[in-house]
Amino acid sequence: MSGPWPAATQLAVSTLQVGGVLVGGPLLLGLTRKVKARLEGRTGPPVRQPWRDLRKLAGRERTRPEQASWIFPLAPLVLVATALVVAAGAPLVAVNPAFGTSADLFAVVYLLLLGSVALALAGLDTGTAFGGMGASRALTIGAVAEPALLVAVLALSIPARSSNLPAIVSSSLAHPIWLASPQRLLALGAFLIVVLAENGRLPVDNPGTHLELTMIHEAMVLEYAGPDLALVTLGESARLVVLLGLLANLFAPWGIATRPGAATLAVGAVTVVAKVGALGVGLAVFEVFMAKLRLFRVPELLSGAFVLAVLAVVVALVVP
Amino acid sequence: MRPAQRTSVTVTADGLQEEAERLLGQGLRLALMAAHDDGPGLRVVYLFAGGPPDRRVELVLPVDLDRPEIPSLASVSFPASRFEREIRDLFGIEPVGHPQPRRLVLHQHWPAHWFPMRRGAGEPPPFPDEGGSYPFAPVAGEGVYEIPVGPVHAGLIEPGHFRFWAVGETILRMKARLWFVHKGIERLFEGRDVEEGLVLAERISGDSAVSHGLAFCLAVEEAEGRTVGEGSRLLRGVLLELERLYNHVADIGALCNDVGFSLAQARALDLRESLLRLNAGVTGHRLLRGGVRPGGAGVLRLPTAAELAGLEERFEALVELATSNSMVVERFTGTATLTTAHALELGVVGVAARASGVAVDARQSHPVVDGATEMPVAVRSGGDVLARFEIRVEEARTSFGLIGDFCAGVGPLAGTAPATAPAGGSGVGIVEGWRGPAVHRVELDAAGRLARVKVVDPSFMNWPSLPVALADTIVPDFPLANKSFNLSYAGNDL
Repeated sequence: MSGPWPAATQLAVSTLQVGGVLVGGPLLLGLTRKVKARLEGRTGPPVRQPWRDLRKLAGRERTRPEQASWIFPLAPLVLVATALVVAAGAPLVAVNPAFGTSADLFAVVYLLLLGSVALALAGLDTGTAFGGMGASRALTIGAVAEPALLVAVLALSIPARSSNLPAIVSSSLAHPIWLASPQRLLALGAFLIVVLAENGRLPVDNPGTHLELTMIHEAMVLEYAGPDLALVTLGESARLVVLLGLLANLFAPWGIATRPGAATLAVGAVTVVAKVGALGVGLAVFEVFMAKLRLFRVPELLSGAFVLAVLAVVVALVVP
Repeated sequence: MRPAQRTSVTVTADGLQEEAERLLGQGLRLALMAAHDDGPGLRVVYLFAGGPPDRRVELVLPVDLDRPEIPSLASVSFPASRFEREIRDLFGIEPVGHPQPRRLVLHQHWPAHWFPMRRGAGEPPPFPDEGGSYPFAPVAGEGVYEIPVGPVHAGLIEPGHFRFWAVGETILRMKARLWFVHKGIERLFEGRDVEEGLVLAERISGDSAVSHGLAFCLAVEEAEGRTVGEGSRLLRGVLLELERLYNHVADIGALCNDVGFSLAQARALDLRESLLRLNAGVTGHRLLRGGVRPGGAGVLRLPTAAELAGLEERFEALVELATSNSMVVERFTGTATLTTAHALELGVVGVAARASGVAVDARQSHPVVDGATEMPVAVRSGGDVLARFEIRVEEARTSFGLIGDFCAGVGPLAGTAPATAPAGGSGVGIVEGWRGPAVHRVELDAAGRLARVKVVDPSFMNWPSLPVALADTIVPDFPLANKSFNLSYAGNDL
């Protein structure tokens, strides 16, 4: 269904996606904070506040723990790099960006996992109690969340007969009826829970807390300061955008550019921004009415996500 | 209403424990222990209090300046063991037979043999070290993980150091190290006149201006022999309940915030702000300073019934919002349980005691307002975070009613009551603040100035119960548990 894509166009799409994810990540964080604030009856900081914070952090002195090794400065780079590699190849604006053929579901999931593991190692690397505590918690959650994500996307790949993400998106566009199938809905449930867990959102982790002992993600990155912290924040926000973008296009691919051309690409870009923005607003609304789960209940929730994903696979195999 | 009679008995070191056990056996609690340096000799006063009916009994134990020792009451009263350690640090009086004769108020690196509350203590001698090392009792075993937290925290809270030993996420043991904000407040009182003393008392713990201000005034009034008129007593009741309200509302919101339910926190902060503005209208100060005065009380205006009804409606909406969220209730239930037996043994007071099934309320046992003995006391038996949350909800509800009743009863004020007692007296004030009972014991000199003021904040009594309640709690639930007790560092550290 997709015509031949000129290599230059594919490269342009990838560049657009990487740039959009980089710039849009902090804005998405700002948007969710703004929506939460307004729903709670507060004015809240402006949407561009996270960018201001990043600029401020980038201008600060670089301070690192004395005990830390080379892992500590490397981890934020790995986090940002993995998120951007995924952004370059994932079907966000168009079904066929450069490296689209390598945007395999396993590659994407493990690239994101690589970023998480790098941060967890950095948490341990600091030698502080909080780093180790945060790393231990994050890996406990990741160990259950990643398989659920993998299996959920696997369920989507069965009808498409391919684990390539652009192929999955293209085939769902060709067969819109698949989008309402039971396996899709089960996989969607699992995917949603994993997105919350992977990005440290409520009810798994509280992104707005100042209480050291309850933190998961924040405890792990507690020792980061200045430009390093700016990179960590940038990497995390890029991850959130990528995951929400994938969620949007895997489950509601309409609007994505299937043919090369300025107009279709513009439509694709606008729709993906709108979809991610809408998901961000939805996330904020959800969080306003949500409390944080007791830590020991989190694996139960994620096991639930895994079960949903497995059911989706079973249904996909049984129902042709 | 006459102030309760206080009896004072001088005891010997040999007879102290028997006498103390007799009073504790009668249901009184050790509310305060104060050491005094009278120049020629030292003296320790043990205040036992209980009720209703209001009872206050003092045991006075003279101590030889050359052999500063007292027999320890640690075996019969846990609070006594803590007071004794405090006195050991500040007065250099050794509690003989104390199971843990260790520093409490002054950290390890303070010079030995320098006791700041002794006469002529002067400036502290040079410190031998910077206080770098502070060994904790080691906890060993497979997979035991040590987490030091504080005294500088990520949020804007007071300083305290907490040391956790955990296996996985389950807390094996927690030790709190406080007194980072020890300011020598009791020393600062000495030599001031009563008016200046009240200014200081209102600032002991910012959130308890009325509790401490009123406890101080009650103590001074007993020492000076003033009888306060009914109108002033009712006004004091209004101020005390206004203080309880804004603090309980803040705690209800903060507890929700600690489980990530920020919507309830936003509503609670909004309501708290309205209450603070009401406070500003009533006394001219948002934290209610300046309302209570020695010998009387005064306000700019009283809260109207319509104002109270509007605030109560918003309060009920806040409670409904919090309690209708099953995740919030689930997080509160069964978290950080303090059993009744532990609460009684540790001498826990106030909200924490009532949440653990101990029905003590100084508003009943040591009433400030006439007829308060019939006031309902909120009690829960759970001892968990939910129980402490529910106690606050119920008490705030009662406060709305009490403020309305008291305001309706305030007639014309009789003005300041005159002093009738000879100079050089002593007095005790006990006030159930929002956290628990604040106790002040005041001694005046011949010129009517403050010779010695001993302050006990409820936080001093309750801090030891927090580690006990944490048994089998998980590390990420500590902030919630801590908030449910919401103890003051400033009031504890003095």
